[in-house]
Amino acid sequence: IMATVSVCQYHRGGFSFENCKRNALLEADINKLGFSSPAARKTGTTICGVVYKDGVVLGADTRATEGMVVADKNCSKIHYISPNVYCCGAGTAADTEMTTQIISSNLELHSLSTGRLPRVATANRMLKQMLFRYQGYIGAALVLGGVDSTGPQLYSIYPHGSTDKLPYVTMGSGSLAAMAVFEDRYRPNMEEEEAKRLVRDAIAAGIFNDLGSGSNIDLCVITKGKVDYLRPHDVANKKGVRTGNYRYKHGTTDDTTHHTLTCFFPL
Amino acid sequence: MFPANVSTLNTYNDLYPDWTQREVSTGTTIMAVEFEGGVVIGADSRTTTGAYIANRVTDKLTPIHERIFCCRSGSAADTQAIADAVTYQLGFHSIELDEAPLVQTAASLFREMCYRYREELMAGIIVAGWDPRRGGQVYTVPVGGMMTRQPVSVGGSGSSYIYGYVDSNYRAGMSKEECLKFTAEALALAMERDGSSGGVVRLAVISEQGVERQAILGNQLPKFSTV
Repeated sequence: IMATVSVCQYHRGGFSFENCKRNALLEADINKLGFSSPAARKTGTTICGVVYKDGVVLGADTRATEGMVVADKNCSKIHYISPNVYCCGAGTAADTEMTTQIISSNLELHSLSTGRLPRVATANRMLKQMLFRYQGYIGAALVLGGVDSTGPQLYSIYPHGSTDKLPYVTMGSGSLAAMAVFEDRYRPNMEEEEAKRLVRDAIAAGIFNDLGSGSNIDLCVITKGKVDYLRPHDVANKKGVRTGNYRYKHGTTDDTTHHTLTCFFPL
Repeated sequence: MFPANVSTLNTYNDLYPDWTQREVSTGTTIMAVEFEGGVVIGADSRTTTGAYIANRVTDKLTPIHERIFCCRSGSAADTQAIADAVTYQLGFHSIELDEAPLVQTAASLFREMCYRYREELMAGIIVAGWDPRRGGQVYTVPVGGMMTRQPVSVGGSGSSYIYGYVDSNYRAGMSKEECLKFTAEALALAMERDGSSGGVVRLAVISEQGVERQAILGNQLPKFSTV
């Protein structure tokens, strides 16, 4: 008896170039009619987090894009969940904003009910159960970090609702650039300054090598009893100063002759 | 498979590469073997989103109860959600009974969920553990929701490459150490050939005494050919 008759696609690993030909044909067809195909609307981003000796450090860039245009040059991607738990968000900006606010609200009520400081694992459970319920239609990819009675913890949460508990994570379109930095320099039990430098460099790698990420670097250092929300931690892209000036003094160009024309405009 | 907020017409786009739009999957190799007195379970540690490895140290051997584990393959989100739900149901059932739950009960709960929601889910699960009534047992619940007991079971994308090895090398009545070696070698072979499997080999032995876990890191993996 066959286990299933449906097509099993999940075990296809490696690179798949199947759709390139089809996409090219579709593009050509659409262009022939004079239209251009719609662009994906996402917030390219670099977010990351690292667990160090005393807690966690979360980092994020500050660029929000709408297609190929920068919609916000300095948006805040590190969201408050509870006094000891913060969450970076990549993917659809509205989804990350609302999802984190909903869970933050529920977590505050839960915390009042238990009479205890909320746990990072609780926030993780709530987020993953909500995202799974929506089967990936809520495009929120999150890096959740905090310190609770169990110690410092870091989770990565994907839009379909799967989570990974790890010592260092990156998300967003710039995640590969940031992960390269982490894989090279991460060590367990780092000191705070080293951890902050590592996260700063990882986000910088995303900012300078990924078109979807840019502007400044925000950091959030969470330890037992203290949170340092450093916004901005590093202004990596200062707006340039104009070297020339196109303003001219009055009288630079002389009037040589005067002509007066009377025009009648019927109202 | 694809999130709806991305236009599927234009998925090939350098600015937003493939792996930012694909669902996270545990393309995988998982395995479980019964022996006299318990079971040996094993898995690789790779989780992929398209061509990117999202987690290279995943733990796919998930505890469902004190002496019952499940090996997860397929969609990471689906299998995590199912495992969480079954853990809750089995814990509740065990408290009601005031007894250790049967491995068959756990497998049945997995089967119920995987069969009922078979159109929406992508989950291949192997349930293995020890209970006082029937000793070590392995039940496989592949995609589609069938459930059957087997003395040895493999699953995941990498399993295709080791059916021959498993069929020719399995003997009934192996000892715990023999089972561990058998599982480690089978997983190492699959990880060598399957792109979606890799990382470290995670093993666990479940018996009356409890659970012993170990991990075999990359440089310590069994080696076979030199080509």
